[in-house]
Amino acid sequence: MQYKAVVIGSSAGGLNALKSVLPLIPAGFPAAIFVVQHISPDSDNYMARFLNQRSKIHVKEADDKEKIEVGTAYIAPPNYHLLVEEDFTLSLSVDEKINYSRPSIDITFETAAYAYGSQLVGIVLTGANTDGAFGLLTIKNYGGYTIVQQPSEAESSIMPSEAIRLVKPHKILKLNDLVMKLLEPGFILPK
Amino acid sequence: MRKNQEEINEIQNIEIELLLEALYRRYGYDFRDYSRAHVKRRILNRLASSQLKTISNLQGKMLYDKQYFESLIRDLSINVTEMFRDPAFYRLIRKEVIPVLKTYPFLKIWHAGCATGEEVYSFAIILKEEGLYNRTQIYATDFNRDVIETARRGIYSIENIKNYTAKYQKAGGKFSFSDYYLAKYDSAILNQSLKANIVFAEHNLVTDSVFAEVNMVVCRNVLIYFNRDLQNKVLKLFDDSLIKGGFLGLGTKETIMFSNIASKYTCINPKEKIFKKKIS
Ligand SMILES: C[S@@+](CC[C@H](N)C(=O)[O-])C[C@H]1O[C@@H](n2cnc3c(N)ncnc32)[C@H](O)[C@@H]1O
Repeated sequence: MQYKAVVIGSSAGGLNALKSVLPLIPAGFPAAIFVVQHISPDSDNYMARFLNQRSKIHVKEADDKEKIEVGTAYIAPPNYHLLVEEDFTLSLSVDEKINYSRPSIDITFETAAYAYGSQLVGIVLTGANTDGAFGLLTIKNYGGYTIVQQPSEAESSIMPSEAIRLVKPHKILKLNDLVMKLLEPGFILPK
Repeated sequence: MRKNQEEINEIQNIEIELLLEALYRRYGYDFRDYSRAHVKRRILNRLASSQLKTISNLQGKMLYDKQYFESLIRDLSINVTEMFRDPAFYRLIRKEVIPVLKTYPFLKIWHAGCATGEEVYSFAIILKEEGLYNRTQIYATDFNRDVIETARRGIYSIENIKNYTAKYQKAGGKFSFSDYYLAKYDSAILNQSLKANIVFAEHNLVTDSVFAEVNMVVCRNVLIYFNRDLQNKVLKLFDDSLIKGGFLGLGTKETIMFSNIASKYTCINPKEKIFKKKIS
């Protein structure tokens, strides 16, 4: 199977994890990446700017109704949920918090699964709650590929452990190996 | 034979289109141009928590059972709101918009998609503190009858008051937030005087037309639920009701940039999404 998009969810310790993942993705990476990191509702777009400065791909905060481009990482804005539309645009919403979080990982994972079906890779990283597990299960049910960060490596192991328990993911990997997997020849559909 | 998930997805997309068509034709509510991801998620959640097997079953029930239709409408209309959401927006209103509004002898302001009213009362407080309230007529509308009822009452949970007090101050509040409500058991009852010049009414942005000429439209966190075409259509409605030199205040993540009305407005602040209609 060749994949077209990657969706990553992270919470406590996530910024560090993302800092070790996104900068390793080469320019021209042929898939779109969606990132949901739990973050305080009052923050500005600091995280997107910070990660963009360190990455070769374009990292930006997602805009409402923006058209999805490959080689770009879209970050869910603070205090908004990020939804992926089946016409490959993005939507934002202010629905209730889910798992005490807005943005919620589950919402983005679920809607990305509707849009990309079996051509989606879902990744759950470090975190101290259980957001993302249900969404990852949806991705698996839609035929997508599921990866969870090795809990022993995660700054906080609760989120990866819960995802592993609920989903039985295809792979449980350390951050470095997880990037290697994404960069394996033929894993992502070439542009 | 068991169908695979991709086939099911395809079928469900057809079912959702038919359900939205049925909903519109039977009850007049038009969700056909809402964010499809949002609608789909809501419908699938409703399906999962029901005894029904398919969206087609859900459609049948909705057509025959008015109460079921109403619960579906509640699923689809997200009424999450708070007082002084995005305090920076209100600070900017004080700094850039109020001075212009002060030049009019009489004002009309339309809050579209006001949900349970917290945003309207926040605005009313600002107008009061700026000495403008007594010459302002506020229209507050939403298409959801239940939330309009709550808005009219102006009674909120005391639990939120701490958060609102902090936000009131961040929004440039001049007095003490406790001046504006009476605490009773676990409720905060907003002062009657805040309501004097507000008319609450049912209005559907998709299917109803302009009803007043106004100096300002505030419509926050409603357009994100629409697709681009519908955003464009509703922005046209706002444009039709705004006087020249009037203001349009949108949510932090909303813009007129991609709409047909863009060229008729200047942006007062790119971050807080306040636009001013050009004079010529
Ligand atoms: C998320 S709330 C926003 C409330 C408030 N403006 C704020 O920003 O806090 C969205 C509101 O838009 C209303 N709404 C959705 N579609 C509408 C329509 N077609 N016409 C009028 N109101 C609508 C919903 O009922 C809901 O109350």
